[in-house]
Amino acid sequence: MEKQDGPDSGEARIDDPWYDALASGWGELDGTGAPAPVVPPARGRPEDRGVRAADIYLEVQRSAAFQEVRGRYRRFVVPSVAVFLTWYVGYVVVATTAPQFMARPVAGAVNVAMVAGLGQFLTTFLFTWAYARHARLRRDRAALDLRWDTQELTRGVAGGGR
Amino acid sequence: MTGNHQTLALLLFSVFVAITLGITTWVSRHRHGSAEDFYAGGRLFSPMENGFAIAGDYMSAASFLGISGLIALFGYDGLLYSVGFLVAWLVVLFLVAELVRNCGRYTLADVVAARMRERPVRIAAGTSSVTVSVLYLVAQMVGAGSLVALLLGGTSGAAQAWTVVGVGALMIVYVSFGGMRATTWIQIVKAVLLMGGAIALTVLVLLRFHGDFDQLLRTAAQRSGHGTAFLAPGLKYGGDWTARLDFISLGLALVLGTAGLPHILSRFYTVPTARAARRSVVWSIGLIGGFYLMTIVLGFGAAAIVGPDAVRGSNAAGNTAVPLLALDLGGGAGSTGGTVLFAVVAAIAFATILAVVAGITLASSASVAHDLYASLRRRGAKPRSEVAVARAAAVGVGVVAIALGLLARDLNVAFLVGLAFAVAASANLPVLLYSLFWRNFTTRGAVWSVYGGLVPALVLVVLSPVVSGSPASLFPGVDLQYFPLENPGLVSIPLGFLAGWLGTVTSAEPPDEAKHAETEVRALTGAGAV
Repeated sequence: MEKQDGPDSGEARIDDPWYDALASGWGELDGTGAPAPVVPPARGRPEDRGVRAADIYLEVQRSAAFQEVRGRYRRFVVPSVAVFLTWYVGYVVVATTAPQFMARPVAGAVNVAMVAGLGQFLTTFLFTWAYARHARLRRDRAALDLRWDTQELTRGVAGGGR
Repeated sequence: MTGNHQTLALLLFSVFVAITLGITTWVSRHRHGSAEDFYAGGRLFSPMENGFAIAGDYMSAASFLGISGLIALFGYDGLLYSVGFLVAWLVVLFLVAELVRNCGRYTLADVVAARMRERPVRIAAGTSSVTVSVLYLVAQMVGAGSLVALLLGGTSGAAQAWTVVGVGALMIVYVSFGGMRATTWIQIVKAVLLMGGAIALTVLVLLRFHGDFDQLLRTAAQRSGHGTAFLAPGLKYGGDWTARLDFISLGLALVLGTAGLPHILSRFYTVPTARAARRSVVWSIGLIGGFYLMTIVLGFGAAAIVGPDAVRGSNAAGNTAVPLLALDLGGGAGSTGGTVLFAVVAAIAFATILAVVAGITLASSASVAHDLYASLRRRGAKPRSEVAVARAAAVGVGVVAIALGLLARDLNVAFLVGLAFAVAASANLPVLLYSLFWRNFTTRGAVWSVYGGLVPALVLVVLSPVVSGSPASLFPGVDLQYFPLENPGLVSIPLGFLAGWLGTVTSAEPPDEAKHAETEVRALTGAGAV
C-alpha cells in the first residue's frame, strides 16, 4: 500500500503523456523531451481547429506505413474474433440444445461438456497470448514511429495535437 | 453455529473498512483536484496494478458466491456462466482496450464524441452509461444486503436495510474523497484478498481429495442425487425451449456486455499508454481465468463435501455454498479452524462488494459530470468545477443506489447483473464498435444506435415474465407479459446494431472523412493520446 506514493510524487510527470517508464520494455520515448501537447477539455474544444491538422490525419491515414499497421491489426483481429465468437456461441448453443451429446463420457467422470468448458478457458488463454505477442512483435514499433511522426507534423499547425 | 464466527467476521470486515478508509485519507492528502486525477488517477498505474484493479472491479460477490453456489446446486450449468464472463475479455482485449485508451479521455462518450456532433452523442452515451451503472450498482447493493442476512444471521429486514445504507455511505466516502486513485487501490487490495481466499480454499478442497479431480467430480455427482447428469448441462437451463433460448440470450449478453461496461472502460484510462492498457488486460485475463477455474473446484467441492441439500437448506439460491464449504474445510462448525475460515470468507465477500460498488459509482459520476452535466450546463462555467460536480454526482448516484437497493431488496441478484450486461451490450457496444471501425458512421447513427439498443432492452424487460404475468414476478397481480424471455439480449443487441446502421444510411449529413481519419490514426497509433 505504500507504493501508491510512487506514482504520486512528481507533479510534473502527471501532465506528461510521453512518460512511459511504467510500460517498461524498450525505452521507447526516452529523451525526446517533448512538451505535452495542450489538450483542451473535451467539451470546450475550440471550434477553430486548424484545417491543416485534419489534413495531416488524412495524409497519415493514406500513407503506406499506416495502411500496413492497420492491415496487420485487421488481418489478425478479424479472423480471431470470428473464430472465438463462433466457438463460444457454438458451445452455448450445443450445451443448451444437445445436452445428451455433452454428457458423453470421455475419461472417468470427465465428459464432453467438461472438456469443452475447460477448452474454452484454454483457448481464451491461448488467444490472449497470441494477440499480445502479435501486437508486441508486429505492431508496436511501427505504431510508435507513426505516433511520433504524426505528432511532429501536428505540433506545428493550429489546433495542436488534438 | 455459534456467534463466534459472526463476531470474527465483523471484526475482520472492520479491519478492511479501516484499511480502505486509511487508503482514502492517504490518497486525498496528495490530491491535485484535477479531472485527470479524479477520473483517471493521474494515469500512472502500472499494467500489473491496473490488471489487479480490473480483476477487482470485475469479480463481484455474484461470481464468488453466486457461481460456485450455482455449480454446487446445478452442477455443470453453473460453469456455463463463468465461461461467458471470461470469454468476454477477448472482445475487450481485441477490439476495445487499446483503441479506447488511445481515443478517449475519461468516458465511453469521449470516444464517440470525437467523431460526431458532440452534444447529442454525449447526452445519449452518458444516459446509457448511467443506466447500466445504476442497474449494476443496485444488483451489488441487493447482494450486499442479502449477504449480511445470510452470513451474520441477521435475517431481519432491518439488518439488511442498514447494510445497504452502510455500504452506500462507505462507497460515497471512497469515491468522492479518494477519486480514482483510492478506488483503484481498494480494488487491488480486494483482488489480492479474493485470490488469496480462493486459492487457499481450492488447495484445501484438492487436498481433501488427494489432488484427484476425477474423484472430486464423481463424489459430487454421487452426492448431488442426479448422478452423471450433474456433470452435464441441462439441470437448470434444460427445460422447455423458452428456458433454452433464455440462456442463449444471457450467454450473448455476457460475452458482449463486458466491453460496454462503463466502469471497465474507465479503467483503461488509468495507465499511461495503449500498450500498458493491453498488458493490464492480459494480467486481468490471467487473474479472472484463474479465479473462475477455482470457482469450478469450489462449486463441485461444495457439492461433494457439504452436499446440495445442506447448501439449499441454508439459502435456496446457493449463495452460501462457499462459506459453508469453508466452515467444513476448517474442521466443521464449532471448531476454531472452521470459525476462522468462515469469518475470512464472509469478510472477503464484503470487501468484494465494497470494491465493486466503488468502481461503478466512480464511473457513473464521471458520466454524469463529464458527459451529461458538461453537455447540458449553461456555457461559461469554470472547468475546475467539473470535479466538484463529479463528487456531488457520486453522492447523488450513491443515494439513488441506496434507495433503489432498498426497494429492489427481493430481486434476484444474478438477474440484475445479467440485465446490466444486456443493456451494456445493446446500447454501448454497437456505438463504440461503429465509431472505431466504420468509416461512414454519422451522428444520427450514433444517437439511434444508443437509444435503439437502450429502449428495447428496457421495454422488453418491462414486458418480460420478470416484471409481471407469473407468480414469481415483481407484480404478480398484473399481466403485461408479452415477451417470453427474462434476458432481452437476444433481441435488443441486434436491434442496437441495426438502429445504428439505419440511422447512418438515412442520415442527410455526409460522414466526416477527416474526423474518421483522425479517429483511426489516433486509435491505432496513439498519436495525440492523453
